[in-house]
Amino acid sequence: MSIDLKTAAHVAKLARIKVEDEALPALAQEFNTILGFIEQLNEVDVEGVEPMVSVTPMRLKRRQDVVADGDYQDRILSNAPDAREGFFAVPKVVE
Amino acid sequence: MSELTRLTITEARDKLRSGEVSSVALTEACLAEIDAADALNAFVHKTPEIALDQAQAADARIAAGQAPTMCGIPLGIKDLFCTKGVPSQAGSKILDGFLPQYESTVTQNLFDAGSVMLGKLNMDEFAMGSSNETSTYGDVISPWRRGNDAANLTPGGSSGGSACAVAADLCLAATGTDTGGSIRQPAAFVGITGLKPTYGRCSRWGIVAFASSLDQAGPMTKTVRDAAIMLGAMAGHDPKDSTSAELAVPDFEAAMTGDIRGRKIGIPREYRMDGMPAEIEKLWAEGADMLRDAGAEIVDISLPHTQYALPAYYVIAPAEASSNLARYDGVRYGRRAKLAHGDGVTEMYEKTRAEGFGHEVQRRIMVGTYVLSAGFYDAYYNRARRVRALIKRDFETVFADGVDAILTPATPSAAFGLGEMSDADPVAMYLNDIFTVTVNLAGLPGISVPAGLDAQGLPLGLQLIGRPWEEGDLLNHAHVLEAAAGFVSKPARWW
Repeated sequence: MSIDLKTAAHVAKLARIKVEDEALPALAQEFNTILGFIEQLNEVDVEGVEPMVSVTPMRLKRRQDVVADGDYQDRILSNAPDAREGFFAVPKVVE
Repeated sequence: MSELTRLTITEARDKLRSGEVSSVALTEACLAEIDAADALNAFVHKTPEIALDQAQAADARIAAGQAPTMCGIPLGIKDLFCTKGVPSQAGSKILDGFLPQYESTVTQNLFDAGSVMLGKLNMDEFAMGSSNETSTYGDVISPWRRGNDAANLTPGGSSGGSACAVAADLCLAATGTDTGGSIRQPAAFVGITGLKPTYGRCSRWGIVAFASSLDQAGPMTKTVRDAAIMLGAMAGHDPKDSTSAELAVPDFEAAMTGDIRGRKIGIPREYRMDGMPAEIEKLWAEGADMLRDAGAEIVDISLPHTQYALPAYYVIAPAEASSNLARYDGVRYGRRAKLAHGDGVTEMYEKTRAEGFGHEVQRRIMVGTYVLSAGFYDAYYNRARRVRALIKRDFETVFADGVDAILTPATPSAAFGLGEMSDADPVAMYLNDIFTVTVNLAGLPGISVPAGLDAQGLPLGLQLIGRPWEEGDLLNHAHVLEAAAGFVSKPARWW
């Protein structure tokens, strides 16, 4: 499997990371080095082996479906790059 | 150099209880050492006011009697732990200015036990790296040098600041985290003890997430006994982490009887790599001899899927990272890129993440995005999770055969120079974790113990791997190895 420039650009888009066009060839090459390394996994016979979900066998715990905390809007907004009138503010999303 | 900062936790505990020294005096001595060690770039956010407040409170508790073991002990905290009101950036520019409104469970546990926080420690960005060269704060410089050569060496990574601070006696111990070797590799590079507990032993709540199925916090200390004491204070069930084990925390220190007669130590043949430096091979054989001399039985074992651990890791860890790091979007916390007129929300995400994440982090997010994307999920991600199941099965088989612990080298080499790996491809750097990463994939406890010096005078470590939840037993084996190796070297002070 070889990553071309178009695939590299697509992956960057999916990851929401802006990559300038001139940086794409180097990025694609790095991907190919890493994926070449990962390809070794194809040598392993995994027939009948379940993909691991949890390294420690455990049942996912459930908690009571009740309000446990909340009511601290100011603390939640205190780290926002842009907060207005009790909300997170972002550039216009819809026209 | 202050004699006080050279104390182990064990020694300081006794002196604090006997009244020979106060926590305030101990803390002030550490703060002075930290201020004199800016050249090492280990402490990146100093918290002297918090430290002195906590030290005074600790002294009052000790005077009242019944103080817990860690009471009054000054620690460094890796930047990956969220600490209330104190910058916690995971070594990343994207978290510039972030002030957590809450305390991580592990640091809260340590504070409840009376420990003192001296400040936050440098690390590779989002714990991704093996040399502490990916940090937004700049490189950490190891206190160790190759003889009289003034070239700067890496302290290892990702817990490079923690390793450096403990080795240079800036604090008595430090917290670290380990996803693929990030506690054990730096500990080995600087000649200290580093313990990665069983997955689920320490709560992950409030620790900036990298790869949630692999991440685990642990102590980085001057001795094995200190690791036992500190782990006891860090560990415990936490309802806020659904993978935190509902198990009582045993007295790890009490498990250190020093008696390993009749115990079976496995030497995995697959860890004998081509091109392994002769010094590492020799150290490994000597370590086995030491355990044999202490009455253990040394057995040859096989962990057949070892060579597939790193490639499986470099699918699973980036996949989980791409998901975990999706939260850094410039909306809720951290920095947001300056936007051009007309930029919409997508441009905001893309510019913020391009500007805020460093190169290695971007690369891993994108590899993770790729292996999880439609059409490749089965071929890469599911296959890696199957291989992970086989790696875990390898360990279960040898433990079922009666092996009590496994002895391996901690790293494939001694510390390298900062910048020496910059021209290598990313995979060359990943090989640093070749002996440690299997332990994370299998969720097991592992400890790195300093065991000798190489020809250039740099520390080398050995790793012991234990059965799940048997950290006490593992620490007992490590304690015997530590005593037999008798490693006492310290870096000569140049900073």
